[in-house]
Amino acid sequence: MPPAIMAEGLVKKYGDVVALDGMDLSVPEGTVFGLLGPNGAGKTTAVRILTTLLKPDSGRATVAGFDVVADARRLRSHIGASGQYAAVDDHLTGAENLEMVGRLYHLGVKRSRQRARELLERFDLTEAGDRPVQGYSGGMRRRLDLAGALVAAPPVLFLDEPTTGLDPRARMSLWDVISELVADGTTVLLTTQYLEEADRLARAIAVVDHGRVIALGTADELKDQVGGDRIELTMTSAADLHTVRSALAPLAVGDMRADAATFQLTIPVSDGTASLTAALGHLAAEHVVVRDAGLRRPTLDEVFLTLTEHRTGEPVMTKEPTR
Amino acid sequence: MNALQMAVADGMTITRRNVLKIKRAPDLLGGAIILPIVFVLLFAYVFGSMIDLPGMSYQEYMIPGIFVQTIVTSAQITGYTLTLDLQKGIFDRFRTLPMAPSAVLTGQTSSDVVMNAASVVAMTLVGLAVGWRIHSEPHRAVLGFLLLLLFAYAFSWVTATVALALRKPEVFNNIATIVSMPLVFLSNAYVDSTRLPGPLRAVAEWNPVSTVIQAARELFGNTNAAMPVPGAWPLQHAVPAALLWSALLLAVFVPLAIRLYKRAVSQ
Ligand SMILES: Nc1ncnc2c1ncn2[C@@H]1O[C@H](COP(=O)(O)OP(=O)(O)OP(=O)(O)O)[C@@H](O)[C@H]1O
Ligand SMILES: [Mg+2]
Repeated sequence: MPPAIMAEGLVKKYGDVVALDGMDLSVPEGTVFGLLGPNGAGKTTAVRILTTLLKPDSGRATVAGFDVVADARRLRSHIGASGQYAAVDDHLTGAENLEMVGRLYHLGVKRSRQRARELLERFDLTEAGDRPVQGYSGGMRRRLDLAGALVAAPPVLFLDEPTTGLDPRARMSLWDVISELVADGTTVLLTTQYLEEADRLARAIAVVDHGRVIALGTADELKDQVGGDRIELTMTSAADLHTVRSALAPLAVGDMRADAATFQLTIPVSDGTASLTAALGHLAAEHVVVRDAGLRRPTLDEVFLTLTEHRTGEPVMTKEPTR
Repeated sequence: MNALQMAVADGMTITRRNVLKIKRAPDLLGGAIILPIVFVLLFAYVFGSMIDLPGMSYQEYMIPGIFVQTIVTSAQITGYTLTLDLQKGIFDRFRTLPMAPSAVLTGQTSSDVVMNAASVVAMTLVGLAVGWRIHSEPHRAVLGFLLLLLFAYAFSWVTATVALALRKPEVFNNIATIVSMPLVFLSNAYVDSTRLPGPLRAVAEWNPVSTVIQAARELFGNTNAAMPVPGAWPLQHAVPAALLWSALLLAVFVPLAIRLYKRAVSQ
């Protein structure tokens, strides 16, 4: 089966700024694909090209088998999109907003009205549905905008930071909606800043930086790629944190992270239990009090920071605790 | 659905959206209904009591002028709305939908016609109350109203073009005011153009606004033998000239606005 979303060598420049620098993507049908990357990495630009809002300077992309430039008109019947910033009409009610979208998908008046009601219900907006959007909260607008992407039940969905600004309940209910859609065969490409979200929803994750995919795989594969275990030690004072940090430096196989606020030290190591034993032995000999000690796999946050910091050259969060 | 049917259907959907917006936004409604009424009353009572015209009341003379002035100034709302929508990214949503791209502009300009129709009705009623009368046969009067709406539609495309070229709401508002003031006041709306000094007189007599006002006066029967029509061709043949002007504006500004729309949203 051909991929639902395919991009090859997408390049987009804004003057001197290279927003996309040869991006390749391939998303199998019926899966969730997560685009992760720091601010300015090019995620929104990629989504805008795939949803026909922008033309790439070079490279090509197809969605649902349609070329995003040559077949843009036909492609639009097969996608739903929700941009990074909610694009809803303030003076219209929630229901009118969705009905309008339905009509513009050419669903017909009756079906559009029906879809609007279904989606308001699904996004917990039934009560607010007949009020002008002007009086909606940020999260309500966001939900309405997301509902707009689902009006035509399109086979491919693009969601740019869909859960930004949503409260935990709304976020989880959106996750449920996405899971249901994917179970029914919808393909979803989403960008997110919440790694937990990518971890939980996405079959494949692409880490994007400076307009390129710098790592690709499942959450587990990415974690493996970044390396082995971490020792996590929680001290009782900043002074201890500082001494321990220097004392245990020989055990570390990568950058250590020290969190001055929680007195927590994270040390990437090569052989988990042996290193932990060595570290604790060392601390006992030095009479340092440790509040908590443990061994764990890297989180996706660490994967993200590790992968993106080498390229930007700005080590993140590895600075000495400042006082 | 073929391309034309789609363009019409989508245009109607967007028109509906804009009409709902106008209904809900007091500032737009005020600009469309209240302001024209205030104008009619002010001009009727303030200038009407001071300015004497040979053979007719000043009310009769100026109401068609107020009609056209309102059309020109309220077309500014078209442009302003477009610049606001551009800023809010609402067009991004539209452009990911399988709709006819032209519908955004046809819908915007059509809803302006609806708004203009509402303000013309309001002005007509208030005008009749302050002494304005239609002296022509009914079918000519109907033609007069239709001509006003046609010109309003054409002029909406002009402001749409300017708005899409300027893009920033504040900039657009300033420029639009600077352009529309002389367009209205350098015309035969409130003064007899024959009494203007040479160059201004030529400008006023060839101004499309004058042509449309003259055509409206003729179609409503608000002319008087004691006030001869100036010799300029567009005023001598005001009705066909007004139609020509409207057609010309549409022919130039519809494609231009669509081109600028595409440019404005593709960045
Ligand atoms: N319209 C534009 N004009 C000029 N530069 C732009 C424009 N849009 C994006 N850029 C630049 O392109 C780069 C990529 O931007 P993009 O919005 O795709 O990033 P992003 O990954 O979505 O970031 P964020 O996480 O902040 O949303 C940035 O450097 C940005 O400054
Ligand atoms: Mg973005």
